[in-house]
Amino acid sequence: MATVTEASRAVQPPPGDTHKRKANVLSDGQGKLAAFLISPTMIVLVAIVGIPILLSIREAFFRENEGIDPNTGLLQGGEEFVGLRNFTDIFAGTNNVTSTWGTLDRFINAFINTSLFTLVCVLIETVLGVAMALIMSKAFRGRGIVRAGILVPWAIPTIVSALMWKLIFDEAGIMNRILGAQVLWLADNFSSFWAVVIMDVWKTAPFIGLLVLAGLQTIPAEVYEAAKVDGASVWQQFVRITLPMVKPTLVVAVLFRTLDTLRIFDAPYAMIGPAKYSVETLSMFAYEEANATRYGPAAAYSIVLFLYIVLVAFIFVKLLGADVVGDEESKALREQRRRKKAEGKLAGSRTGKQRTSITSGGMP
Amino acid sequence: MSFARRTRRVTIAALSTSALLALAACGGGGDGGQGGEPAPSGSASQDPAYEQRGPITMVQGKDTSGNVQNLVDQWNAEHPDETVKLIELSDEADQQRNQMIQNAETQGSEYTILSMDVVWTAEFAANQYVDPLPQDKIDLTGFLQPTIDSATYFNQLYAVPTTSDGGLLYYRSDWLEEAGLEPPTTYDEMKTACETIKAEVDEAADADCYGGQHQKYEGLTVNISEAVDGAGGHITDDSGQPTANSPEAVAGLTWMRDAFADGTIPQAALTWTEEEGRQAFQDGKLIFHRNWPYVYNLASESDIAGKFAVAPLPGLNGPGISSLGGHNWAISKFAENKGTALDFMIWLASEEVQKSNALATSQAPTREALYSDPELIEKYPYMETLKASIETARPRPKVVNYGDVTLAIQDATYSTLQGNTEPQAAFADLQTKLDGLIQ
Repeated sequence: MATVTEASRAVQPPPGDTHKRKANVLSDGQGKLAAFLISPTMIVLVAIVGIPILLSIREAFFRENEGIDPNTGLLQGGEEFVGLRNFTDIFAGTNNVTSTWGTLDRFINAFINTSLFTLVCVLIETVLGVAMALIMSKAFRGRGIVRAGILVPWAIPTIVSALMWKLIFDEAGIMNRILGAQVLWLADNFSSFWAVVIMDVWKTAPFIGLLVLAGLQTIPAEVYEAAKVDGASVWQQFVRITLPMVKPTLVVAVLFRTLDTLRIFDAPYAMIGPAKYSVETLSMFAYEEANATRYGPAAAYSIVLFLYIVLVAFIFVKLLGADVVGDEESKALREQRRRKKAEGKLAGSRTGKQRTSITSGGMP
Repeated sequence: MSFARRTRRVTIAALSTSALLALAACGGGGDGGQGGEPAPSGSASQDPAYEQRGPITMVQGKDTSGNVQNLVDQWNAEHPDETVKLIELSDEADQQRNQMIQNAETQGSEYTILSMDVVWTAEFAANQYVDPLPQDKIDLTGFLQPTIDSATYFNQLYAVPTTSDGGLLYYRSDWLEEAGLEPPTTYDEMKTACETIKAEVDEAADADCYGGQHQKYEGLTVNISEAVDGAGGHITDDSGQPTANSPEAVAGLTWMRDAFADGTIPQAALTWTEEEGRQAFQDGKLIFHRNWPYVYNLASESDIAGKFAVAPLPGLNGPGISSLGGHNWAISKFAENKGTALDFMIWLASEEVQKSNALATSQAPTREALYSDPELIEKYPYMETLKASIETARPRPKVVNYGDVTLAIQDATYSTLQGNTEPQAAFADLQTKLDGLIQ
């Protein structure tokens, strides 16, 4: 166990070695041991995550030969390097499909569906989720049952709920009986799109509700009491206190849901079916291509989806300041170092100054 | 080459481990597996694996009747050194195909005998996932010709026909009798019959006329092919060339579109697969229903028991033509003990075994003689009609990229049935697509 002094010595670099120190803000001199200890995990991760990803990136630049021997009917097989063609073909317009959004390339159509699902679902889920959290946080009789009830949809595997909702949305199912109309949810039209939205909202609004509930419980009651004393209305309390204080949690919850919905697959696939263009998403399209043993284009589409998700996550973090990692410790250390630097400039170089450790693990 | 193969194996092994990343990493890698080795017909008999005997496996979908296990047990009792292990895959045809392809791409020897859907023959043969079979060792006399065709690719036999399937027209015999009608042979007769029945039979006043499988899936390909063939056209002709834009083919699609438009087929049928349609028929909501033979036993245990019968499918201008269904046994290229596998398949296809299987599962046999077997006819009164259906049945397009072809057919048909495209334009577009897909 490192004592405070040792730890601080490790943090204090020899003079003139400033940029190394930057990289190791948390290091306590046990870097080698740590690397050794986590190496088994890293090796497994590289084997099951790193290598497949690299191979699928490679695959995105290849295509299977589809030539057939005219005498035996056998495939000639093999692969050829096609450069960026798997990507550029997206815009070649050779694979047009007709859906609610008109006649578009199948990829573009899937891209639009994916984005619209994400936008619509996350919007509704956020509103409902916050409402659920507010209800769950109130003290009333039977609160436990309400909390459990709200969480049930979230606990059911998506594939199961998709099949469940398939029965509900059947032309002779409950939904049409309630509506008293014959809506063909399970065909391929605009109502199919809404069927997926309804199912997804039903399933994942509780997720946002759960996270927001956790955020709500960190707001001290005194704040509300003070507001009440000042004569703030319920709405004012919600807008001026609840929302700002729950915002960090809410932003993370919304970010998670957004990234999750961008990958949406099982709900439309199991409920509406494959190759239904009004609900086909990028994951579904990539899966279908792999299914047709066209691994090159499938890998290319997955990579585009991956980059799209990265972009959205980046925008979220930059614009809304989502604090995903939540690494308070390194933030605090960086802050401390910045302060010290300023101090140092002010009072000349003072070395060997002890710092107070923030890490509980570092204390004896 | 061998390096490439190894790469591919490693790739696929790595991929299957990272199932969670399946979408991000659906690569295949390498060019191994199918690199241009010619496989002249009969070469299989020289394969040393065909001399090998020993334990094998048999891979198929869910054994819902439990009868396949019985057959396997029977074989194992007689051949203790050459035992067969049954491997059951998913219920879904697509997933079965996926697992078989995955096994072949990794060159796994785990699967010996594969139960292939008739529409996979071309794909599995062309990719060399399955072996060409030594024709001299298999006696094909007595098999229904369409079932042999379904196991053949480029004049080479790749599988032994196991079960067959053909479409039947189920009808409410009680209603037709009350209205004094015979089962229709054309679509027009069917429509007129419906009008008469709805007017004369009180119980049928709210029933819809006809329904098949019109959801967007393989069943739609089957149903539209039947409509097109029944109108005298073909989506692909006998030599495999696309002829979707012929006037007859368009007439078939136009009929189905119009039937939806005028309510002969209810709008709801756009979401029907086999089961939803069967349910509607059993609930008394349909006068005529196109489905497979499996419905017979189930309907006989429902509310309409004794009130229905089967007839051959109707067509636009004369008797209809069914699409051919069924499964065939093939031997995985990467398997061991192929000698045992071949013997087992021949035993499975023998008359006695097929008969016991038909009795237990109601799956249609592939041997002609069984269709006049008294015991089978007693249990399945539709045997004669089914035989006629299979004998005249047309195979679906025999192409390597069948998945793309069937999707193109479904795209064109479904958008027409939903009223988004005109039949002529839809099939002209389909023709262009098929011209590109079928080489």
